[in-house]
Amino acid sequence: MINETRPEHFQNNSVIGRFLSRIHLDSLLLAGLILLSLLSCLILYSTSGQHLETLLRQTTRIAIAFFIMLFIAQIPPNQIKRYAVNLYIIGILLLLAVLIIGEMGKGAQRWLDLGLFRFQPSEMIKITTPAAIAWYFSEHALPPRWKELFIALVLIAIPTFLIAKQPDLGTALLIASSGAAVFFFAGISWRIMLSSLGGLIALTPVLWHFMHDYQRARVITFLNPESDPIGRGYHIIQSKIAIGSGGLYGKGWLESTQAKLEFLPERSTDFIFAVFAEEFGLLGCVSLLFLYLLITLRSLYIAVNAQDTFCRLLAGSLSFTFFVYVFVNIGMVIGILPVVGVPLPLISYGGTSMVTLLIGFGILMSIHTHKNLLSH
Amino acid sequence: MPRRFALKDIYSENRLFLSRIVIIFIVILLLVSALIARLIYLQITGHEYYASQAHNNRIKISSLPPTRGIIYDRYGKILADNIPSYSLELTPELIPDITETLTRLKHLLNLSEETLTQFKKQLTRHRSFDSIPLLLKMNDTTVARFAVVQHQFPGVDIHARLIRHYPYGKIAAHLVGYVGRINETELKTLSTTRYKGTHSIGKTGIEKTYEGQLHGKPGHAEVETNAQLRPIRVIKSAAPIPGENLHLTLDIELQNIAYQAFKNHNGAAVAIEVATGDVLSMLSHPGFDPNPFSSGISTKAYKALQESDRKPLFDRALRGQYPPGSTLKPFMGLAGLQYALTQINTPLFCPGYYQLPNVSHRYRDWKTWGHGFVTLNDAIVQSCDVYFYDLARTLGIDRIHHFLSQFGFGQKTGIDLIGEKSGILPSRNWKRQHKNLPWYPGETLITGIGQGFMQTTPLQLAVATATLANQGISIRPHLIKPAKASQPKPITEKVNIDPAYVSDIINSMINVVHTPKGTAYKLSQNINYKIAGKTGTAQVFTVKQKEKYDAEKLKEKLLDHALFIAFAPANAPKIAVAVIVENGGHGGTAAAPIAKKIITQYLNKTSHND
Repeated sequence: MINETRPEHFQNNSVIGRFLSRIHLDSLLLAGLILLSLLSCLILYSTSGQHLETLLRQTTRIAIAFFIMLFIAQIPPNQIKRYAVNLYIIGILLLLAVLIIGEMGKGAQRWLDLGLFRFQPSEMIKITTPAAIAWYFSEHALPPRWKELFIALVLIAIPTFLIAKQPDLGTALLIASSGAAVFFFAGISWRIMLSSLGGLIALTPVLWHFMHDYQRARVITFLNPESDPIGRGYHIIQSKIAIGSGGLYGKGWLESTQAKLEFLPERSTDFIFAVFAEEFGLLGCVSLLFLYLLITLRSLYIAVNAQDTFCRLLAGSLSFTFFVYVFVNIGMVIGILPVVGVPLPLISYGGTSMVTLLIGFGILMSIHTHKNLLSH
Repeated sequence: MPRRFALKDIYSENRLFLSRIVIIFIVILLLVSALIARLIYLQITGHEYYASQAHNNRIKISSLPPTRGIIYDRYGKILADNIPSYSLELTPELIPDITETLTRLKHLLNLSEETLTQFKKQLTRHRSFDSIPLLLKMNDTTVARFAVVQHQFPGVDIHARLIRHYPYGKIAAHLVGYVGRINETELKTLSTTRYKGTHSIGKTGIEKTYEGQLHGKPGHAEVETNAQLRPIRVIKSAAPIPGENLHLTLDIELQNIAYQAFKNHNGAAVAIEVATGDVLSMLSHPGFDPNPFSSGISTKAYKALQESDRKPLFDRALRGQYPPGSTLKPFMGLAGLQYALTQINTPLFCPGYYQLPNVSHRYRDWKTWGHGFVTLNDAIVQSCDVYFYDLARTLGIDRIHHFLSQFGFGQKTGIDLIGEKSGILPSRNWKRQHKNLPWYPGETLITGIGQGFMQTTPLQLAVATATLANQGISIRPHLIKPAKASQPKPITEKVNIDPAYVSDIINSMINVVHTPKGTAYKLSQNINYKIAGKTGTAQVFTVKQKEKYDAEKLKEKLLDHALFIAFAPANAPKIAVAVIVENGGHGGTAAAPIAKKIITQYLNKTSHND
């Protein structure tokens, strides 16, 4: 804390590194993200049936998302902290707006149509919820006390409930977990953590008791997709065949038979990992996991070296959430987790989740590159 | 850590944070190891198995939606069936550029902007590999025009589907109901497996109430394809289980007679078979054509139906609530006899008005100069209000409420249709709850002639009439024979009344139709059987004190509702009918002839069958 100059010696070693840190980018993170984006283009070219237009569209999205990241990285963390609560409240209001428009007969939806593009408030909430809780905890001494825990819990509960009503249970759970991550990093005691976990488990049968039959049926299919052979179960069976047939070395780029024969649904979006595994095999999968791990570690490193509590908690939560997305998607595709609609970060086709993720990385880079030489 | 000052202890915070990061790091490593372990299991251990599966993987599973059950009337006439129709469907995942494809389709097939908006709404609700209909019903020209250029539209196909068809259209539209596209709210509660490949669901009437039976269960086919995805053979298939066919108790010919009898009036008619509780006819007039709903009704057409002054979509028979007016008098009379407060020949002087002691307000009779001396029989035959004001006062609201509720007033009849209204049978409790006011004696008087707070549905009135005709045995009305559908047996309850009193009242109701002084005397012409009936007139607005009611001065909208209840043959009742003609004026002239047509048709038909 006393002489907090830049500990990232390697970052200043090269001309490029120095330039990047001047425009508030972190070279290691940037390298990892670019590598992922390249992989995304590579695999999308294959899953789209070598459709150049799809590739072009994805490239445009990647470019836009990276520019947004660059822009976010320029905002100093204390500014982010200052607006954290306001942004949180705006996010909640937008969520309410989406719900109300849905109720008013337009049919349930998750987005607001802004003409040029569709805006999903739930995406914004993915960042503003941990930010608001990090702000709240950083204003108090850590570890938090009961009252602070309770208020922070309410801050998580509101968006979780609203998104679960959309209904988007998967996203709701992810947002709850991003909030829970802040709790964890804020240092709540193991006793509280374990007892609340126990409480949740104890509550499950009660909840089950109050559910309608059709809701129970949904939960059962959610947990056991094989019980729905023409619905979700079909995905998992096909996805396992694609992955398993890939073997150690894979069938090679553009050689995925399962995707080409259109057996695998959603192969460009949520199930893209199955195609990747089929074409690049176990070696490719482990390399990809390693790349994700590297990015997560770099993010955690940024969190450890962050200057104040707010930055630390937010950076910690963003890094962990990023990993959770990766884990939930791959876990679902390889059949060890229930099927929820979560795309594979930065690889799946689609712009919305990519922008959100890169905003998160923009914040991480901002935290890392805006440091006061005069510290505490 | 000392908490009193809640100071920020930076060093301990740092230590704590670092330890948490280390823990998370370990957790992440463990989770990654789990993923890798699973990948090794799939890609190394299971490789051979999955590779052979992949090699043989030429099998596509497709779901086969079930055929919806057919709805018949009691004589086997088809009320709802399925006819083949071509639909144009899009599979988003297979379409390179959906916006561009839609624009081209729009020009090619002259699609309306609304069809496209509808489709885009559907698009967000389905998964990208589902086949989503753009047009549910294509005519031959459209099919031909598209078929020629189909190769330019990957992912767009013509599907042969069955769509719902209602041969009798608006004659029984409310009762049979209609099917329409599954909407967002329904999607939430539906089993996705059971409705895979199905795009319509029962929205109203029988179609909605018996959705569970009518829908059936989808099957699926495993089809082997070659590398170009052309189907070679079906390997395994589970045929869909079609929905159950339903046989209603409805007689569509009778329903048609009732429909025609209403001409251009609004109203409702319900006919019930006395002995069984079978609903023979249940009409709400005007009707609407349910057919456009099954092929996707346009917003414009739907709005026109919704905003029409005559409210064709509203099911008056099931949901319309009207004051019963004088049709309540036989039931009131029976209450008076049962509680021994009067006898069928007890006279009372009717001066044309009635006053409560020490109150100046005059409760008017419809006959300004009064009926003179009348007995209970006369009071029913001539529909004297004053007699029933007096009877209501001596009965009191509590006994009125108790007695009438035995005939089902103020309660749902429990018919097998969703959305029934319960009407209102007022009581002290009811008024306390709904108006937060005590019960006033004057309100008892107007309840006694079926006005005031009291409201009944046409169905309720028909059920009460059938109960009276059936010597007080009330049978739950139904459209499907309880034995055929899995629903509880009809509740049969016996109203506690003396059979002698019932025949007194029935005699008076026969006199209503068959004696010259009766309010429905015209009905007795040209019939070879006896009808027991009672006319009624329900006030749409209240006539001010000392003001004379002049029907001709008022616009039709403000005219009284005409009511008529009847059963026949009076000595051995087979059919009970309730008719309401909105703004029809007097029950005897507007409603009774409709009831007569229904009864005559029914009796002729059943006697031929016998």
